[in-house]
Amino acid sequence: MKENQKIVIIDYGAGNIQSIKFAVQRLGFEAKLSSNAEEIRNADKVIFPGVGEAGSAMKMLRSTGLDKVIPELTQPVLGICLGMQLMCNSSEEGDTTGLGIFNADVKKFNNGVKVPQIGWNQITNLESPLFNTIEEGEYVYLVHSYYVPECTDEIARTEYGVNYSTALHRNNFYGVQFHPEKSSKTGEQILKNFLNLELRS
Amino acid sequence: MLTKRIIPCLDIKNGRTVKGVNFIDLRDAGDPVELAAAYAEKGADELVFLDISATEEKRKTLAKLVLDVAEQLNIPFTVGGGISSVEDVDILLKNGADKVSINSSAVKRPELINELSEKFGSQCVVVAIDAKNIDGKWKVHLVGGKVPTDLDLFDWAKEVEQRGAGEILFTSMDHDGTKNGFADEALARLSEELNIPIIASGGAGNIQHFQNTFQIGKADAALAASVFHFKEIEISDLKTQLKSAGIPVRI
Repeated sequence: MKENQKIVIIDYGAGNIQSIKFAVQRLGFEAKLSSNAEEIRNADKVIFPGVGEAGSAMKMLRSTGLDKVIPELTQPVLGICLGMQLMCNSSEEGDTTGLGIFNADVKKFNNGVKVPQIGWNQITNLESPLFNTIEEGEYVYLVHSYYVPECTDEIARTEYGVNYSTALHRNNFYGVQFHPEKSSKTGEQILKNFLNLELRS
Repeated sequence: MLTKRIIPCLDIKNGRTVKGVNFIDLRDAGDPVELAAAYAEKGADELVFLDISATEEKRKTLAKLVLDVAEQLNIPFTVGGGISSVEDVDILLKNGADKVSINSSAVKRPELINELSEKFGSQCVVVAIDAKNIDGKWKVHLVGGKVPTDLDLFDWAKEVEQRGAGEILFTSMDHDGTKNGFADEALARLSEELNIPIIASGGAGNIQHFQNTFQIGKADAALAASVFHFKEIEISDLKTQLKSAGIPVRI
């Protein structure tokens, strides 16, 4: 793992990013919060968080031009929760288009389950270096009302009334629906694996 | 499979953890940050910090504590007590709280629930409801259970859901502090009538009570304080027994 890699957490006014910064810190790294395009482009690793509502989050990204910057990044990028959903083609939440990185359309849970899904659920069908040393069926913390239906970019799956994609990968882009920063030791290992990825594709 | 959550509650007064028996007679039970980290290590799924003096004394200095906790803790936590505005919530979430819980302020001004869920998302808005069964009717109470209202528990819970709450934390005043079990009948009705997660609170005394509140009370999560603080129940034992009873838990 590169010791002094530059880690940037994209700060566009959405949600609880302090927790991600602290989680990176607990692994022995410093992460910088930034909305500056140059700083984001120059980072070794980029984390794209997001808690809140998809439509208004996309508006914030468009108003700052970050909607153009993010899809063109070439270093490893990790979208977390709403961050991952915004990297898809579209979302039913706020009926918005997304960044079009992952080939998936985000839908609302509508199958008799309680919404939002809140709590610890299992990830299975793990297919990525992001899940090095993670066992099938380990538990992660999830909070969401919208989900990514199973798709070709899937690298992890979860069941909540329906099987859906809880992690995605395409080129240098990764996305996780769960919160690694809140998923105890399992989440710490997944964040560590992300920081261990090769610096540029 | 989504698991049932075990949530220790840390009541906070002047930066220290306390536990009220029926919300009166406080006993000191340690340093919140240290206790939080210990609970995460023991297998707690989430934590709730409740500033119990807040509603009366308008204390809004939780921000520092939240920041200290967020720095250490690798599981989610909720903060409640005296939160009455969008600005209050903004500070707590920015400092690293995952969710906030509102109680009296939501009853006084229900629009607050809409404002919070629109600005921050339903997922971080927990509405806490304290209620007491009076002549067969569950009535909502305010200010840590001291002030009765005319609100019916089930009507209020439905309104809270419609306004955008992500979860309900229901405390039965009749059960809290008794260690005789949770209010499973009322909990089951809440779970049937609503489509958001319900957290059971008040009455935990032994492991069977947790099993009952998940199986009979249909709760999505169970919250307790003293049984955990005074080590009457170890979370690992609790989860092992729940699992052998067929209840999905994270071990």
